[in-house]
Parts: sequence; structure tokens; C-alpha cells
Amino acid sequence: MSLTHYLVLAAILFAIGATTVLLRRNAIIVFMGVELMLNSTNLLLVTFARLHGNLSGQVLAFFVMVVAAAEVVVGLAIIVSIFRTRRSASVDDVNLLKS
Amino acid sequence: MSGFTAPEIAWGPMVPVLVVLLAAVVGVLVEAFVPAARRRTVQLVLTLASLAGALLAVAALWSGVERTGGTDVLGGSLVVDGPTLVLQATIALLALLSTLIFADRVAGGEDAFAPSAAAVPGSDYEELARSKGLRQTEVFPLLLFATGGMMIFPATTDLLTLFVALEVLSLPLYLLSGMGRRRRLLSQEASMKYFLLGAFISAVMLFGIGLLYGYAGSLRYADIAAATATPNGLEGLLVVGALLLLAGLFFKVGAVPFHMWTPDVYQGAPTPVTAFMAACTKVAAFGALLRVVYGMLPGMAWDLEVVLWVVAILTMVVGTVAALVQTDVKRLLAYSSIAHAGFVLTGVVALDDSGITAVLFYLLAYGAATVGAFGLVSLVREQGTGGDEAPAVLGEATRLPQWAGLGRSHPVVAVTFTLFLLSFAGIPLTAGFVGKFAVFSAAVEGGAWQLALVGVLASAAAAFFYVRIIVLMFFTESHDATDAGHAEVSSLASGTTAGAADGADPVRVPVAVATAEAERTTRTVVVGGEGLTVVAVAVCAAITVVLGVAPSPVLDAIASVGVLLP
Repeated sequence: MSLTHYLVLAAILFAIGATTVLLRRNAIIVFMGVELMLNSTNLLLVTFARLHGNLSGQVLAFFVMVVAAAEVVVGLAIIVSIFRTRRSASVDDVNLLKS
Repeated sequence: MSGFTAPEIAWGPMVPVLVVLLAAVVGVLVEAFVPAARRRTVQLVLTLASLAGALLAVAALWSGVERTGGTDVLGGSLVVDGPTLVLQATIALLALLSTLIFADRVAGGEDAFAPSAAAVPGSDYEELARSKGLRQTEVFPLLLFATGGMMIFPATTDLLTLFVALEVLSLPLYLLSGMGRRRRLLSQEASMKYFLLGAFISAVMLFGIGLLYGYAGSLRYADIAAATATPNGLEGLLVVGALLLLAGLFFKVGAVPFHMWTPDVYQGAPTPVTAFMAACTKVAAFGALLRVVYGMLPGMAWDLEVVLWVVAILTMVVGTVAALVQTDVKRLLAYSSIAHAGFVLTGVVALDDSGITAVLFYLLAYGAATVGAFGLVSLVREQGTGGDEAPAVLGEATRLPQWAGLGRSHPVVAVTFTLFLLSFAGIPLTAGFVGKFAVFSAAVEGGAWQLALVGVLASAAAAFFYVRIIVLMFFTESHDATDAGHAEVSSLASGTTAGAADGADPVRVPVAVATAEAERTTRTVVVGGEGLTVVAVAVCAAITVVLGVAPSPVLDAIASVGVLLP
């Protein structure tokens, strides 16, 4: 199997993640879409690292994992605090701020 | 197995960043080990000292960089050259001033942050935390972490470090946005919007980084720039990757079409946080943008020029037009900051060495006026007049009608705010004028006179809404704010009933909070606080005037080091 397949898979996963973010209404699911995007990028980076024969891509993939974990901590804290206030995690309900 | 050689690390040039990040880590320990009563003092001293230390470190590095042109650490992960030092000094200075606004308290010891950010708004626990006088002193380490990220962000020529710095500066800001003491629903909402959009766009940017890596096989800007010189059949990766990377940077500077979050977040976040992120994030992101456009992608200048032109024009026009119809002073300043992003972009588009100096100066001028303006917004408060013998000072009076007549009741505040507005508008003898003149003349020199023309026209239109506030403050009678108060309540209530109609439980708490705020009649007062904000605003005003009257020493100093290392 050629390495290109991995790139196509990464692009498909990224597109699914982006679609999830843009279309779903539950903040948790939106957030999972973001995580899917980050992980698809990891696949992309690792594949390119193999193609180019150097390790930079793999190292960046490790950093992405760390950052994603930190993002989960911050993101869930924010989403949970909003859920406890409003009893809802829908992104449509947060609509007090507009012009 | 002795093949490992430890890398040579030049610690000296990293000192400004290290001081700030180290103090942030110590700040976290302070939270754990210092008794609650003394925590605020310790954190405040630590924060101010570390930021002042960063400024001193930059000053100590200055002459060496001026002589040698700069050094790179770890093969380019951190580049300490002239623009880096200027940007780091600007960020440290603005963060220092923001810290003063962060720390300020009004009578009764209430600062701008929730007594316990985890408490549900309107709950008994929140009331308990308030009456016990709890304080969320974690804001200071968070501010320092964000500042550290911002100081790395424009100083790197490595996509890995760029991404990590982006997250280090963003994550604390997401949290800080949600910690407002007043109007907590709006604050939390701002936090969530900022977080979801910010996380989305940083994932997009990361994918762009992945594609650029695929194109060049390296994460260094210089290698990517070298790779663009020779066609290798993968140009699709380069173009898409560069666009996605730029999208991430445009989001951070608040350029159209990635500006949607700016008004909501600037309005909802606690005002000190707004001051901090409006000024410092923009400085850091424009620094990174300069380095990407000038250092990584000069080989694509022809293709990028179209994108930068369209974004710059859209940003100036949309920011200005939208600001014309705003009725909330924080929201208005947010749209004005979008317009300013457009003005700075004209300097970036110049793709010319004079553009670098112009952009750096503009960022300093804009940052000082922004911190000062938001600092003043945090002092203009509502005061209850509901028949109490000692009317309480409430939240900030951000609706524009509440600012009517401020020039008569509080002339000093109004005159200072006018100074910042004139600087935003670019009136001569203020720093904003010199900045605008510099970026527009750089754009003309770079052959982009059409952009400069649009910029001048947009500035003229923008002057209209700045003058509108000035007229409002000085030539309009203040009036009772009851009707405006009711308007806000109805919008709050409709927002919450919409949530109930969605099948969720009836949301009683927000409605209760909203009505409680509604039944008061308020008048606008200016609080002095503990004087910290006053000091910060005074320094900002001094910078604005000095840079406007005698800009040449600063301009010359920036120009003498204004060359980016590859």
C-alpha cells in the first residue's frame, strides 16, 4: 500500500472533523471534531516524516498530542462550567452576545 | 552507546522569555503554598517584577543585537534579532500595564474576576464565596503564561515552536475570558466561543503546518523558503499549506474573514483581560505574521499578495463599517481593533524593509492606546440609586448612552479617553497619527498605493465614530439609564427562554440574575479603585502623547535594528 493512501485518509478524517465542528450543535461533539482534526494532522505528519525520511514530523506529532491533552483540560472546564449554568451544552444557546 | 551529544544552548538571548515563564511556574507554586491572605500581594509583586525583569533583559540584549544583527538559539527555534526584541519589549510593557488593571480593586475589595470561577452564577456557593472574600489569584500566573507564549510567538522561525507558542498564549486567554465577576453569563459565553473557534482554527493551522512540512520536508522557515525556489511538483501542498497557516495567523490578529470572535469575546471578557488580549495578542500575532510573510514565503510573494490585499481591504472596510452602528463601548473598540488590524496589514503587505519598522511602531502606538482605553472603560461604572443610603458600585457602564455627559461630570476621564480615541483615529500629535503615516507611506513605497488610499478613506470614516463618542461625552446631557437597562434584560431573558424551549430544563438561574440586575436604576460614576488602573492609564496616555510629539528617537531605534534574521 502506497504512502499516499495515508495522506488521503488523513485528509478525509480532517474533512470529517471540520464538518463535525461546523455542523454539530453539542459543544462536546464539536470539541470531538476538533480532536479528530488534530489526530488526522498527526497521521499526516507521521506519513510525511516517513516520506521525507526525517524525524521532525514525528516530533511535532508528539507535541500535538501534548497540546491536545492540554486543550481537553481547558475546553472541558469551560464547557462543563457553562453546562452547570445553563443545563445545556448546545452551541446555539450561547447567544447573548450579538450586535 | 555514547552517540548522544547534548545540544549547545545559548541561554543568554532567551532570558526575557525565561524570566516570564519561570515566574509563571513559581506563581502556580505560590497558589499552593502561600496563605490565601497574602497570595494577591505575592502574585502581584512576582508578576510585576518578572515583567520588569523581561524589559530589563531586553534592554541588556539590545546593544549586542544592534551590533551583530542578532543570534538564533537551537538552530532557529528562537531567533533573537531586532524585531524580536522590539516586540518582546512591547509585549512585556503592555502586559505590565495590563497587570496593574488586572490587580485593581474598587471599594470593598472587588476586583474584575469572579470570586470562584467554578461556582454556578447566582448560586448559594457563589454568594458564599463572595461574602468570604475569595479571590481567584490564578489570573496572574495565567497572564504570565500567556505573555510568555506571546513573547515566543513572534520570535520563532520554526513551525513546531510557532504552534506550541500559539497554544501557550491561547489556552490561558480562553480561561481568563470566562472569569468575569459581573455579567458572568456573557463572560462564560465569550470564553466558550473563543475556545471553540480558537481550537478549530488552530487545528486548521496545524494541518497547514503539516502540508508545509510535506512540501519542504522541514519545519524551519529558511528551509521552506529555500524549497520554494526550486519547483518539485508539490506546489499544491505549498499553496494550501501557506493559506491554512495564514488563516490561523489572521484569526489571531482578528482580520476579516476570521474576525467573528473578536466583538463577542472583547465584549464578554472581563475588561482587564480584554485590554491585555486586544493589545498583546495582536502585537504577538503580527510579529509572527511578519516573520512568516517575510521569512518563509518571499518566494510566493506574487501569489500571497492577492490574499493579503483582499484581507487587508476587507478588514479595514468591515471593521470601520461595523463599528459605525455599535452601541456598546467595548464592542465598538473591538470593531475598531479589527479596523486597526487592517491598517497594520497594509504595512505588512508593503513587503519592504520600511514596512517592518512601520508595523512595529504602529503596534506599540495601538497597544498603548488600547490598554489605556480599556483601562478607562473598567473605571466607568454603574451605581445603584435604588434608595439605599450607600449605593453600591455595580458593573461597568458599557452602553454608550451611559457615557453621555461624562465630560461634565468627570472631565479628566473624558479628556484622557478622548486622547486615546484621537490616537485611534490618527489625529496629528498622537502616536496613532505617526503609526498610520508610517504604515501608509511604507505601503506606498512598496507599490501598494491603492491600499494606502483605501486605508486613508477608512481612517476618515473611522474618525466619524470616534468623534461620535467624543460628542456624546462632552455635548450630550446624561439621562436616566432605566430604559436601556430594560432593553438588555429582555434580550437576556429571550436568550434563556430559547434554551428552555429546546427541551432542556427551564433555566431559572440566568433569568433570576437578569431580573435582579434589571430592577435597579443606575447612574454612571467613575471609580478610582486603588489607583493601579489610574497609573496604567496615565502611562499609556504619556506614551501616546510622547510618541505623537517626538516619535523620532523611538522610530530611529526601531529602524536601527529593524531587519529580520532569516
